[in-house]
Amino acid sequence: MKTQTDSQLILQYQNGNEKSLSLLINRHKKDLFNFIFYKLMDEDLANDIFQDTFIKIIITLKEGRYKEENKFILWAKRIAHNLIIDHYRLQSKNIKISETSYENEEFSIFDIIKEPENNIEDKLIDIQINEDLLKMLIMLPDNQQEVIKLRFFDGLSFKEIADHTDTSINTTLGRVRYALINLRKIMEEHKIILTK
Amino acid sequence: MKKNDTLTKKALMPKKEIIDFILNYSKNLQTIKTKSRKTILVSKN
Repeated sequence: MKTQTDSQLILQYQNGNEKSLSLLINRHKKDLFNFIFYKLMDEDLANDIFQDTFIKIIITLKEGRYKEENKFILWAKRIAHNLIIDHYRLQSKNIKISETSYENEEFSIFDIIKEPENNIEDKLIDIQINEDLLKMLIMLPDNQQEVIKLRFFDGLSFKEIADHTDTSINTTLGRVRYALINLRKIMEEHKIILTK
Repeated sequence: MKKNDTLTKKALMPKKEIIDFILNYSKNLQTIKTKSRKTILVSKN
């Protein structure tokens, strides 16, 4: 029997075939779980993040919001990566509250109720930085654009990037290095400053 | 004595219960199309 592609399985799942989801999970569970585990080094937590990742995937697919711009596994890893960042953010916030509540006399209620998100000005600056960065990325050769996106947007390791792009780790490292050098040159030429 | 190879990555798998939970979660979700063509997800239970 011919093996179905991820895209075919996704389409079948969106058309109501639940078995396709099972095939998709079985195909990628090892890769995705290891990606999560080696960022957390905690098996129980990795299971939680794995579960939350697939819940997000299911909701996105069922609502018809999935846009196939990249490989399914890269999209899944990006979701997992964002969930891991959320976990660490929440963890650091909890530690801060407990320290100030019980041990520090300089406890301030504003530590707890302080808006965790950026304010509007910060958000506008973030948008501006992202727009500038994307404009600069387009100026890079395709292979350098790809490694920068995989490394810094999707959070993949150099080994994972090498696997996905069918190249050696040294080639990947070289591409990232040249991409960063080129980005610096573009910033200097266009007098772009990417800081808050 | 067997040496521990700390440099080799251990291949891990998610728990079976987690996979079962995900598949059941998916089966219990039903999509409903509204008049305004918006897709809403509701639980079958």
